[in-house]
Amino acid sequence: MKLRDIATVLNAKVTCGVDKLDEEIGMGYSSDLMSDVLTLDTDNLILITGLVNLQCIRTAEMADIRAIVFVRNKKASDPMLELACENGMCILESPFSLFKSSGLLFQAGLKPIY
Amino acid sequence: MKLTFNIQGGDFTHAGKPSSEVKKVLKQLNVDGKTVKNIVIALYEAEVNVVAHAWKGTVSAEIDENKITIFVEDDGPGIPDIELAMQAGYSTASKQVRDMGFGAGMGLPNMKKNTDELLIESIVGKGTKVKMVNYFK
Repeated sequence: MKLRDIATVLNAKVTCGVDKLDEEIGMGYSSDLMSDVLTLDTDNLILITGLVNLQCIRTAEMADIRAIVFVRNKKASDPMLELACENGMCILESPFSLFKSSGLLFQAGLKPIY
Repeated sequence: MKLTFNIQGGDFTHAGKPSSEVKKVLKQLNVDGKTVKNIVIALYEAEVNVVAHAWKGTVSAEIDENKITIFVEDDGPGIPDIELAMQAGYSTASKQVRDMGFGAGMGLPNMKKNTDELLIESIVGKGTKVKMVNYFK
C-alpha cells in the first residue's frame, strides 16, 4: 500500500516526508509500547501509535521503520519532526483512534506482522 | 576505531544519540543492514536502561574489521538479581519510564536476542557493566 493511500484512508496530514508518499508499505503494527516495537524483526512497516515523544522517533530510527502515523489527533513536536526528517521518515497525523486507524488500514489490505 | 559517549540518568531527550551515531558509522563502513539493526537495537535498549535506572553512564564502542564490542557502564543502583532481570516481563521501571513507552521488562532479553555475546556484571548500590559483541556477517 502506498503511503499516499494510507494518508487518504486515515484522513491524515503529512507533516514530514511528503516526497516519500509513493513508497510502498507492506505491513502495519499498532502499539504504544516502544519495548514491543524494538522486538520486531520486520522493517517494511508503518507504526501506528498514540505515543507522541522523541523516543518514538528514536525507536523507529533504530528499528529501520520508515513511516509513523500518530493517531487520536496527536501532534508531533518540532524536535520530533526535525529528527524524523533527518532520518528520511514519513510522519502522518490522523484524527482517528488507534482502533479505527488499524481497522481501516487492515480493511484496505495492509498486512499484520503477526 | 573507538567511539565514546556520556549518558545522563533521566535524560530521555538525548537517549538514543549514541545509538544513532554508531548506526551512521556502521552504515558508512558498509556493515550489513540486518547486523546494524541488531547492534543499534541492543545499544539503544542499553541506553534506555541507563537513562531509566542509573544516575549516569558511558558508552564505548570499539569497531574492528570483523566485529563491534560495546561497553555500557553506569553509576547506578545495580541489578540485585540478573537472572530475574533477564526474564521477559520482569520490570522495576517507574511510571515515568512506562509513560515513555518503555519499562515492559523486555530490554535485557531483547539485548540478548540482538547480540552474539552479552555479559552483564552488576554491583548493587554501585552500578552495572554491560559488554556486547556483534560479529559482522
